[in-house]
Amino acid sequence: MRSFYQRLFPWRQLFQWLNHSPTPTNDFGNREFAFTLQNDAYLRYQSFATADLLRKDVLRLMPSRFEIGPVYSTNPRDRKTLRNSSAFKPLSKELCFDIDLTDYDDIRTCCDKATICNKCWQFMTMAIKVVDVALREDFGFKHIMWVYSGRRGAHAWVCDKKARSMDDQKRRAIANYLEVIKGGSQSGKKVNVKRPLHPHLSRSLDILKTHFQEDVLDVQDPWATAEQAEKLLQLLPDRNLNDSLRRKWEAAPGRSSTSKWADIDAVAKTGASKHLDSRALLEAKQDIVLEYTYPRLDIEVSKKLNHLLKSPFVVHPGTGRVCVPIDTKALEDFDPLGVPTVQSLLAEIDAWKGGEDGEEGDDKSKVNVADWEKTSLKPYVDQFRTFVSGIIKDEGIAKVKREREDDSMDF
Amino acid sequence: MMRQDHNRIDPKRRNVVDYRKKQFATPQFKDTQYPHRLNFYADAPTADITLEQFEQWAIDRLRVLAELEACSFRNRSPAETTSHMKPILDKYLPLDSNSSSNTKLFSQRQKDHYSHFILRLAFSSTEDLRRRFSRVETMLFRMRFNSDDLSERSAFVSSLDLDWWEPVTDDEKIRYAAELAAMTSGKKMNNEDGTWFKVDWERVPDLVESRRVFLKAGKAYVPGREQSSMVVAEFTSRLERQLELTARALPRLDEDDRLTPILNHLSKNFITPDSAYMSGSTAPAGAQISAANIDNLSQHFPACMSNLHRSLRRDAHLKHYGRLQYTLFLKGIGLNLEESLMFWRSSFHKVTDDTFNKEYRYNVRHSYGDVGGDSNRRGGGYSPFSCQKILTEHPPGPGEAHGCPYRHFNLENLTALVQAMGVSDRSVLQGVKEDKDNQKFHMACNRVFEHLHKAEIKKAKDEGIMTSNQLETIVHPNEYFKRSYLLKNLGKETDVKMEG
Repeated sequence: MRSFYQRLFPWRQLFQWLNHSPTPTNDFGNREFAFTLQNDAYLRYQSFATADLLRKDVLRLMPSRFEIGPVYSTNPRDRKTLRNSSAFKPLSKELCFDIDLTDYDDIRTCCDKATICNKCWQFMTMAIKVVDVALREDFGFKHIMWVYSGRRGAHAWVCDKKARSMDDQKRRAIANYLEVIKGGSQSGKKVNVKRPLHPHLSRSLDILKTHFQEDVLDVQDPWATAEQAEKLLQLLPDRNLNDSLRRKWEAAPGRSSTSKWADIDAVAKTGASKHLDSRALLEAKQDIVLEYTYPRLDIEVSKKLNHLLKSPFVVHPGTGRVCVPIDTKALEDFDPLGVPTVQSLLAEIDAWKGGEDGEEGDDKSKVNVADWEKTSLKPYVDQFRTFVSGIIKDEGIAKVKREREDDSMDF
Repeated sequence: MMRQDHNRIDPKRRNVVDYRKKQFATPQFKDTQYPHRLNFYADAPTADITLEQFEQWAIDRLRVLAELEACSFRNRSPAETTSHMKPILDKYLPLDSNSSSNTKLFSQRQKDHYSHFILRLAFSSTEDLRRRFSRVETMLFRMRFNSDDLSERSAFVSSLDLDWWEPVTDDEKIRYAAELAAMTSGKKMNNEDGTWFKVDWERVPDLVESRRVFLKAGKAYVPGREQSSMVVAEFTSRLERQLELTARALPRLDEDDRLTPILNHLSKNFITPDSAYMSGSTAPAGAQISAANIDNLSQHFPACMSNLHRSLRRDAHLKHYGRLQYTLFLKGIGLNLEESLMFWRSSFHKVTDDTFNKEYRYNVRHSYGDVGGDSNRRGGGYSPFSCQKILTEHPPGPGEAHGCPYRHFNLENLTALVQAMGVSDRSVLQGVKEDKDNQKFHMACNRVFEHLHKAEIKKAKDEGIMTSNQLETIVHPNEYFKRSYLLKNLGKETDVKMEG
């Protein structure tokens, strides 16, 4: 673990990401970091002037993980020396989203709790697609990074300047705009949306339709048993229709969810119910698709400016996997179980050295190769670097503009 | 020669006026006219009023605001609030439209204007007061804005000169026709729907939150009928900014001792209808509140806590907000910290000691104010949640059991729960259903309470043990417990008294 933070962790890129400029600013210096130590003590309000100091402290304390909080109005370490407490308040933080597969436990059949597999990871793929497109198209955000959380979820960091400086009210507005699945374990139907569907929802529904057929009906087979099928029936509006469906399915046990889903329309057409409201049925079916595919956000993370979230590239203490960024362009190919772990990465460094010895001639390039470039972490760090330079570029343009305005002011 | 500052008065002209003349000189400022019924309260009033008027106008406005706040605490719908407020407004703070033939328009508007500013002075001193003041003033403004008639409203809006929205061009209307059509629900296809405004989405967070606007690249397309929301948001943000400034200027208020006592008096009288549970963590006399006794006591719990208790016993686990809501309730009925830790430890019997100590112990201690920041420790942790809080904050998500069953359950599950609590009477169940449909969750809960304690309430009333004051509507889960416990133990208590 120590060698990971010593040799592999991309400190410089992390610094640039949070600092938004090459020279240290308050964006980094007044930023809160929180360490979870080996004995599970939780150390809040740490702050560092530069990436080197952060690195030094991480190596000294060897936290099992560390989290990133907001930029405060003053240095978090000095917060107790201030005369009035209101002078210490959070100013800005990336807008964050947290999606966790445990929230899908009532609809996934392959795994539960902390375990995941590639089947249920598809829920995450759909969720990222829906949220990402909404943030980009609806809200106009550009710098969005998705990060695998190391075990069973993913985080989004929206890093646009506008997003960072939003207050709690605006964060809450976005979070609720995106939240569709509401209700506790006892509230029954969890999707209750107005008709006609909001453009965001009809777009989401378009994205999710095929996933529903393939990844939910085929793969998860959520209504295989009679008991599970009862859950489906409870979401349908027409009692007579439900009765005939129930009879049909009892007669043929082991019918797959795909067929059962098709049965709904087939039976409805035969006129099993005289007063069938075909529109209500269609809407109920849409709601079911949403309930089984729409992203389930851990909304509290997004609502508050001062919420902390695990930093990218930290090692997940339980699995040993590195929290790597997810490439949204190749979202479908992302394999959470194939993400490099600390052990595999360290082994790769050793192997790389061995490999280099065998070849001859490339001595010059060998001198300046960083350790992470020798491993399978490289594509992820490269991706992170591109992402960060994108932010800095935008930030730079804004800054130059401001300077120019200042120039014109004095004469 | 030195450059002159424009704001500086020429030294030769300074104080030419004799102070006696100055006091009675004609004012420099223009007298305020009130062309519109509504007011953004941008300029402070300048004319003279008597001290009696000062006090009386403030008190009248305060009555209105206090009543308005009470409406929101009782969870009244906007329509109900409007009808409830109408007589009160007519009595204390009437405000007629230009078209009405009322001759007192000016004095009405003047009173509205002055009273607003007086209260602004009175309520700018603390953060809490400022927040409450801007909240109720916004409610009042919204109510009036919505009741204003159409032509006067648009005249008022255009007089505001708000530059942050632009009309949507026909070109854009055609391009996003399908999306915009989805925003106008089928019924309301009337005249106002033709107009659309384009604003930065940050200007209308509440519309975004409830998905009532179409968003594209950070711009919100707001239908004409939602204009009020934008105006109201602007009203609030301006008022908040102004209150902040007032608060800063307050210490320097050039004032003799005539106004300050009135202002202090006013802010003290802005009482909240008491939805907080005041009596702290005292257990009812004679009750044995311990970890081992919770199962037994749970018969006195309201539905929300009863459900949490059942979920906890069934799953041996509760999620975060469930734990928080339940811990604070238990704290409120008098369970002390040690017993509470013991209760949670034994209830989470599926987890190891280690996990419990790491993940749950701290939260329980935090709720009791045993750990945490200075203010948390000094304040003894959080206070138990009121119905208001449970109903409005943090609705339960997947797998969560907190919240109010009357609100957050569907009817079937609610009926099952209420039946499990011992209600089998059909008329009561029907009543609960109707209350739920009308969103009168308090009523449903009190209905169940009254049914479960029918005999005892009658006895208590007949024998005059509890006054009807003590039996008014329950708005706090801990009150539910306390009253239930007292009622069920009526006989025992009186026995004790007789012996003594």
